[in-house]
Parts: sequence; structure tokens; C-alpha cells
Amino acid sequence: MKENILIIGGGAAGMEAAAQLQKMGLTPIIVEKSENLGGHIAQWDRLFPAFHPAKDVVDQMLSQVKDVKTYLNTEVTDIQKDNNGFHAVLSNNEKIDAKAVILATGFDVFKAERKQEYGYGIYNNVMTSVELEKFFRTGKDERINNPKKIGFVHCVGARDVKVCNTYCSKVCCTTALKQACEIKEVFPDAEVYTFYMDLRMFGPGYEDLYLKTQKDFDVKCVRGRVCEVSEDMDGKLVIKAEDTLFGKPLKMTLDVLVLMCSMEKNKSIDAIQQKLGIANNSDGFMQNKDMYLGMNGTAQDGVFVAGACTAPKSLPDTIGEARSVATQVFNYINNK
Amino acid sequence: MIVEGKQKIWADYQKDIPDDHYFYVRSCIRQAFWPGSEVTFLDITRNKLGKDFYENPYHTTCGGIAYHSDTIPQETAMTIIARQFALMKESGYENYVCSCITSFGCYTETLETWHEYPELEAKIRQYLWDSCKKEFAKPKYLAHASDIIYKFRFDIAKQMKFPLVNVKTGKPLKVVEHIGCHYSKMFPSKGFGGAEYPHVLVGMIEAWGGEVVDYPERRHCCGFGFRQYFVQGNRGYSESNTHKKFESMEPYEPDLIITNCPGCPYFLDRWQYVIAEQTGKTYGKNGYGIPALTYEEVAGLVMGYDPWDLGLQMHQVAIEPLLEKMGIPYDPKKKYQGVNGKDLGQPMCPSCIKSV
Repeated sequence: MKENILIIGGGAAGMEAAAQLQKMGLTPIIVEKSENLGGHIAQWDRLFPAFHPAKDVVDQMLSQVKDVKTYLNTEVTDIQKDNNGFHAVLSNNEKIDAKAVILATGFDVFKAERKQEYGYGIYNNVMTSVELEKFFRTGKDERINNPKKIGFVHCVGARDVKVCNTYCSKVCCTTALKQACEIKEVFPDAEVYTFYMDLRMFGPGYEDLYLKTQKDFDVKCVRGRVCEVSEDMDGKLVIKAEDTLFGKPLKMTLDVLVLMCSMEKNKSIDAIQQKLGIANNSDGFMQNKDMYLGMNGTAQDGVFVAGACTAPKSLPDTIGEARSVATQVFNYINNK
Repeated sequence: MIVEGKQKIWADYQKDIPDDHYFYVRSCIRQAFWPGSEVTFLDITRNKLGKDFYENPYHTTCGGIAYHSDTIPQETAMTIIARQFALMKESGYENYVCSCITSFGCYTETLETWHEYPELEAKIRQYLWDSCKKEFAKPKYLAHASDIIYKFRFDIAKQMKFPLVNVKTGKPLKVVEHIGCHYSKMFPSKGFGGAEYPHVLVGMIEAWGGEVVDYPERRHCCGFGFRQYFVQGNRGYSESNTHKKFESMEPYEPDLIITNCPGCPYFLDRWQYVIAEQTGKTYGKNGYGIPALTYEEVAGLVMGYDPWDLGLQMHQVAIEPLLEKMGIPYDPKKKYQGVNGKDLGQPMCPSCIKSV
């Protein structure tokens, strides 16, 4: 049985779904808009909660899809459905016919400059969690110059009515604590603070990471949101926050402030999503069929979803969904 | 500091405001605090820029102080505002400009609330008819008076006689800008530059040759905060806010503070005297304070108005060192003379902060 399955998106969800579908005897075709497979995870250095190198995971996933037909630097520009299935046009003008489509388009990182009070793009030493991860990978970032005091702000662009994102972005708490430990590894003498609303350590090993962060790395976790960032004469950052456990406002001078940016729906797929008749849910992500038994299905017969295109998800959640979507597609093809 | 980042935000928060024909309403407290400011605004717009700014003698307070002090309900404040709008309509104007920042906040809040809750607007229409037999039209455009000066800042610069430059050193004056909280903190899109990095006063400073000081407590409240001051027992909070700002700006050695709110220049000015009396500390050089002026006063100074016609003698902090830095001539004998040379009397000299 050789049926084409079009997978839009070559990140963790797309690669894993492709690998599974290939094992099932189907013909996955990945269309990825960037120049590499791997998605956001390929930009990461180590993964929570065990500090496992992201590259190992990405390499393993890449090895599984080495025989999968893949288009890089390519987007789907048009898609139509008829009785024979889906007919997609790519940005390189090639055409693909497929029996089913998997949307594995992942997420966009929240643009930190939208939270103007944090001063990203205004004050030199305010950076994002993505940029810090790049520093861990490369060891290079001119903003990080033997810092003595570093702060992390959780929930940047998440659980925030002001930016119209009321949902929890799920992975930022754990990522913040992982990065707090890592920065302490690089700069053991630095004081590190994280400013959180709640610490949502929901997964296996996450709570242990929270304890380790405090016991082994002496990171100070402050329950309270940073409300304002400014810069003093020396270029250091002055932040204001409230410690809600002490019930007191606080002001602190930092060398570097890291913003834990949330996930938002990847909007580059909007036009194709619209052509396929898939709506968004109340959080702005893609609407799946239902959140219990139909999480990989959509309102459109033959169109499936996997990964963070429907909501913020951790890597294990994404892999799990990618495997399940492969099963769903396999059953869909076999029952047609 | 990444200037391009601020410029991007400024570009995102621009307003396309009408060139001419405005219905102007005054502030209830500015006329007492800084009596030269509103007169100067009208003189600049009408006589220097040739614009039509009409003032109806029957207009009143907007009710903002009572509203924000919780002494009148919102419906009462809205009915007062509806009456102002009715006067605008009767006068044949559609563009509304107010002198006061809190009024600007109240008008904006009222219009936005009516937009969201039309039934409330209908209720207020009935209240206005029942109480005054008037009918109102909502303004086509609502501006704050500082928006107007911002819009015409380069036209003012063309008529400038004394730029914000130290004539002895040739260097730009270092200017702190302080924005009234009700300008854009509630509705960022309604202010030039938004809420976090407003451009309305920065634009004036830069157009007139000054250098903007960005200091850590730039966004902090001036200390007015309504209940911080109106409730007598809270006045320590008011002063401590002002003190915090001055401690933060002190290392930058600012020459001048420019504001666009009725209360901000008042508290930034008067509390400097109180802080000096309490602690012996002054924040200007040689025992002087840092002048805290309104944007109209600064516009008037750069355009060559006589400092005493601008009412600068009403400031607690002595203005003379600033005048000398800018090379503005002044007659010390006329400082406390009113219209027609009438002697207004002289205030007692404070013991710690220099007054002349």
C-alpha cells in the first residue's frame, strides 16, 4: 500500500508522524518552510527535565526520516480536495496528490517586544529564552558578559489578558528552571532569580527539577510578576516586581533579564488552514475534532493535526500525538 | 538603550489628528497652579500658528477629580462630560481638545464606555436632557492639548529663539520628561508613543534641541495620585513617590523637567521645597532645585515669551538658573509684578532651597 500522506511541517511532530507512517507502509511527504528539519527543538541545547542534549533527539528523529521525501524551504501555496483526495501546490510549483493531510505546523514564539514594559528591544540586556538557549549552544552572546545577577520572567505572553493570551504555555516554567540551573553551571557565582505566577511542574521529573534548582543551584524562586524594567546609568537593568508570598514590592538591579516567551499559533499556515476549513479554538490555535478521543482529527475529513498547532505542548506530548496521528491516518486510509 | 526599539514603538503609536478648528476646554486646577500655561497655549495656537481654537465661557470642570476621588459616581461624571460635548455642538465644533490629562483620561474612558455600552450613553443623554435640556454630539476627534503642541512642534521650532541648549557650553539641556498617568496608561493607543515610552514630550524636547533623560523611575507616579494627596493622612506617600523620582534622576543631573499634567509639575515642584526643608537636600546645582515646567511654559520659553508673562514666578523652584543657561533675558524686578506693574508681593524665602 503506497498512499501519499502530505505532512505540513518538519518539526518534531511532522518528523515523528512521517517516521511512523513510513513504518506502516504509507508514503509520507514532508513540506517544511525553513531550510532544515527539526523545528524549534533543533534550536535548543538541552532538554528538561534531565538536561538531555537536544541534538541527540533531533539526530535520532532525522535518521528515522532520511528516506522520507522532504521539501525544504518550501510552503504549500494552495490545496484543494475532491473525491480522489487532496491536491496541493507547492511554492516551487510542484504538485502533490495525497490521500490525507497532517498539519504539524507547530507554534510561533511570542514576540517579546509586545510586552513593552519588559523593555525587550529597548534595553540591551533583556533577552528571550530562545536567545539564551542559543548562548548555551554556541557560548556566544555579547549581552552575557560574566553576569553577577540574572533574572527570569515566566509567563511572557501567556496567562495574560493584556496580550489576549489567557492560556498557559505549559513548558515555560520547566524551561526557566532548566535554564536557571544551566546559567548557574556557567556562572556559579551569579545570583539567579526566577519570577513566577505559579510553578506548573506537571510532568515526570519536573518537580524534582524544581527542588534541584533550589537545593543544588541556589536559584531563588520569587512568586510575583515583574511589572516594569528600566535601565540605569551603567546599563544595568532595574526591575520592579511584587513578592506575593512576602506581600511586598521589590526592586532589583540585574545584569541580564531572560523572558520566558510563550507559544502562539503559527500564523504562516492560516491561508492553507482556511482553505481546508479548519477553524481556530478560543486560544487561537487550530481546533481539533474534540479534546478527548478526537484530538488528532479535525472538522475536515482526511485532515489531521499533531503537536503544538492545537495548543502548547511539551516534546513528549508532541511525540505522543505524532505517533497517535500516524495510527489515525493509517486507520483512515484502510477504512476508505 | 536601543533607540531603534523606541522608534519602532513610536511609529506604532501615532495619531492622525486634525490640523485646525478645535473646541478648547480648560483644566480646573491648572489655572490656579500655572495660570500662564493655558493662556500661552491659546496664544501660540491662535496667534503664532494661526489656528482656530474656540473657548466657550460656559464650560466647567470635567468632574475628573471628584470621580477619581470616589466622591461622585461615574454617571454623574459622564453627565458633566455630556454637557461639555453639548457646548461643543452648540458652538459648531467637532474636534475637542482638553488642557488636563485627567480630563483626557475621563473623556477617553467615557467615549470608550459608551462605545461598549450604548445603553449607558442613552441613559446619560436622558440625564443631560432632564438636568440641562441639552443634547450632545460626541466629538469626531478628541485630543489632549499636548498632542497639539506635539503635532506643531516643528512649526514652533521654526519660530524658536532660545533652543533647549546651554549657551555657555553649547550642549543640549538634559531634560526629564514626565507624562501624566491618565494620558496613555489606561488607553495606550490614545497617546503618542503608547503607554511605556510615550513620545509626546520626547518629541518636543528633541525638536527644540534638548536631550532626553531616561532614568530608572521615569514611569513612576509624580506623587499626586489623587488619594495619596487628597487624603491628608496619605500625603507622606505622595512625597515619598516624588522623593523616589528625584533620587533616581539625580545622577543624570537634569536641567529641566517637562510635564503634560496639571498635578505633576505641581508636586514635582512643591515637594522639592518640602524635601529640602526636611532633609536639607536639593537636586539642582548650588542649592537650587530642578525646574518642573509645563509643556506650554517650555514652548513659550523657546519661542521667546517673557518668563514672567508665562507665570514662571509661580514655581517654587527658582527658574533663573535655567533662564541663564538658555540665555533668556529677564528682569528680576518684574518677577512679582502683575499686570500694569501691580506689586503682587513676594513669597517668604525658604531656608534650604534657593529661591532666586
